[in-house]
Amino acid sequence: MSEQTIDLKKRRFLTNATGVVGAVGVGFVAWPFLSTWKPSAKTKAAGAPVDVDISKLESGQLVRVLWRKKPVWIFKRDENALDALNSKDLISRLDDPSGTGNSKNQQPDYVTPNYRSIENKESVAVIVGVCTHLGCSPTYRPEPGASDLGGDSWQGGFYCPCHGSKFDLAGRVYAGVPAPTNLVIPPYQYVTDSLIRIGIDQKNT
Amino acid sequence: MKKNQSWIDQRFPLSKVWNEHLAEYYTPRNFNFWYFFGGLAILMLGMQLLTGIFLTMHYKPDSAQAFASVEYIMRDVEWGWLMRYLHSTGASAFFVVIYLHMYRALLYGSYKGPRELLWILGMVLYIALMAEAFFGYVLPWGQMSFWGAQVIISLFGSVPVIGPDLLVWLLGDYAVGDAALNRFFSLHVIALPLILVVLVFLHLVALHHVGSNNPDGIEIKENKDKDGIPKDGIPFHPYFTIKDSMVVVGFLWILCAVIFYAPALNGYFLEHANFVEANPLKTPEHIAPLWYLTPFYSVLRAIPPLFGSQFPGVLAMGAALLIFFALPWLDRSPVKSIRYRSPIYKWALGAFVISFIMLGWLGVQPVTPLNALLARIFTALYFAFFILMPWYTSIGKTKEVPTRVTE
Amino acid sequence: MRAIILLVFAASLTMASFNASAASKARLDHADTDIMDTVSLQNGAKLFMNYCSGCHAISFMRYNRIGKDLGLSDDLVKKNLMFAGNKTGEAITTSMPEDAAASWFGGVPPDLSLVARSKGTDWIYTYLRSFYDDESRAFGVNNTVLVNASMPDALWSLREAQSEAEFDNSVRDITNFLDYVGEPAKLIRLRLGKWVLLFLGVLFVLTYLLKKEYWKDVKYGIWRSRD
Repeated sequence: MSEQTIDLKKRRFLTNATGVVGAVGVGFVAWPFLSTWKPSAKTKAAGAPVDVDISKLESGQLVRVLWRKKPVWIFKRDENALDALNSKDLISRLDDPSGTGNSKNQQPDYVTPNYRSIENKESVAVIVGVCTHLGCSPTYRPEPGASDLGGDSWQGGFYCPCHGSKFDLAGRVYAGVPAPTNLVIPPYQYVTDSLIRIGIDQKNT
Repeated sequence: MKKNQSWIDQRFPLSKVWNEHLAEYYTPRNFNFWYFFGGLAILMLGMQLLTGIFLTMHYKPDSAQAFASVEYIMRDVEWGWLMRYLHSTGASAFFVVIYLHMYRALLYGSYKGPRELLWILGMVLYIALMAEAFFGYVLPWGQMSFWGAQVIISLFGSVPVIGPDLLVWLLGDYAVGDAALNRFFSLHVIALPLILVVLVFLHLVALHHVGSNNPDGIEIKENKDKDGIPKDGIPFHPYFTIKDSMVVVGFLWILCAVIFYAPALNGYFLEHANFVEANPLKTPEHIAPLWYLTPFYSVLRAIPPLFGSQFPGVLAMGAALLIFFALPWLDRSPVKSIRYRSPIYKWALGAFVISFIMLGWLGVQPVTPLNALLARIFTALYFAFFILMPWYTSIGKTKEVPTRVTE
Repeated sequence: MRAIILLVFAASLTMASFNASAASKARLDHADTDIMDTVSLQNGAKLFMNYCSGCHAISFMRYNRIGKDLGLSDDLVKKNLMFAGNKTGEAITTSMPEDAAASWFGGVPPDLSLVARSKGTDWIYTYLRSFYDDESRAFGVNNTVLVNASMPDALWSLREAQSEAEFDNSVRDITNFLDYVGEPAKLIRLRLGKWVLLFLGVLFVLTYLLKKEYWKDVKYGIWRSRD
């Protein structure tokens, strides 16, 4: 056998081509494996919209339902509470009262400012009861002037027992507490005047 | 790059391991088709471990939930069906690979000295793999899972004197049930995979110590050049890393063809009756283990009960497995490879392969008088291959073995 | 070596012919279903929900999965397949109470989620077409495939309304639907399979060329002189 020359260029090309196609293959294989971690069809079915009948909900009363394994509060605010949500005094102590700063993405765009509920249904609030700090569920403290929460400056709201974050009755966060943003308003709609469906956006009317 | 390498090398023998086991590990250059399967076996082990890890995330080892959780994986978990088929078809593919790997050892005398321990480690691996496969087959909790477990575990009940107590202890109950499923799950996902990985490591350590055999059955280390490199050896890397990559892709093509077009392979890889949930009140009409265990199941059935006990059959089945361990000492032939053996060995090996396949086939068939007779004949042939080996390997004229490998 | 391969091949042929003769115990008609035929699956789904689902659940199947796989919108699924007012993500169960079922049929009608996998499509196709009059049975019918089946001839009204060929087609569609229900992933894997094999084929050609290129070193015995 005479001297054989090795085509190094061809060799390098083939090595690279095989490497690239092989890497693409590994990517194709990785995708199904990683996808198995996504919520399964069963989980998605369990996370389907939840209906809540509010015909018996009284002023000041709060009910909790689970939607996507998270607590959602549905509660009714009286006239005084609604007025308080509009008061300059309260608003001055909130971090982002209009929901346009830090808390821009914490509510659907069809809720009204200050009340953070669907228009003409201001008295009823629907809020995901998970603190935006580290995920505890705050306690409902609707009574204004509660001495342990600052006395006269407390207009009613929610207090998180884990790290002391405070929210008003529209779920807006106070300034200077650990929680960075307002509580989340989930997508919801009124099927009838007394039936709320949580998990589906209000249809545009 | 160089700097990083020396930093690591001062603290971990990276370059040393790389060179000793890849770049300067000399492998016979005349490897043929039959030498594909060791690497493929490692591929299959890796694939089973990986898919197994992901299946375990969704499976429920609870007799009330197990069956439904497998269907949950097949339907509700995104791509869960692919994980399951890769694992279930992979199990069968693993055994195809292992059987061809073992057949290679028979063809070229790879169990003969100095590779006796390599062979024994391999046989222990094989038995551990059978246990792993058996436990895995119980997990879907279908009718075949349940009744297969019932039959196999009942074998232990036939042990004289302690049998019945042993049976209850193994099951943690008076019959196969939740307790058995739970412990089989633990053995399947933790104990046996650990054992398998350790054994594979030891198998490779032994292999790299003695070096690979080859189709000519000659020791390439006996013929070195002035630098101490075997004249018939080539570095494992890049030559065999590249060749094995090609083999892996080709093998995956075949595997994927089965997985995507016939994952149950007409009941051979996933049995029809196993799509019915386990029912302790109703045995399926016909039960058989999966194909890779059936040769031994046939041996079991071929031995009639003696003194009202099934135990002799169990012993025969155990012997059919354990006799493989004695192979290095039963073979008296002066040559390793079938290329230079006497014709009588070729006939013996042919008869053995046929009896192994026929026993495997009979194991999935219902028992009829003809099948029972055939099973006995092939069981006798099976054992004759081993028992007569010292005789037929010492007679007959062997061909002269060359000193260098042939193309 | 070659002799061994030949012998093995001959042995496997014998085995195959044995298998074929063993399987012909109860003669079944070939269902000849095509799971890629969406129209057939849609019709099968409709017939199943109308004629079968009153008694038989397919509880491993969800309504919205059928909708997605068979190209039906949620509204169409609700209108044509759902009669119980469930949510579309729910499993397809039956509204029949278990104790009532036991007194009517002597047992709970089996869940049919996996019947195509355990019995096969030919069995379903033949079974549904094999009812005959038998006054000795509670429902006045018996079946040649499943002797003394405790199921009435649920499709009798369909049989009366259709010609024999039409009825066979209807049963074929139901069978096709049950085949799909047995393994919904079949649709994905059959669609995906050829692309996977094509990709691996390309990769194989590349690795083959790479191997051939590198093994020139071995062929010409020059691997040691290179560096």
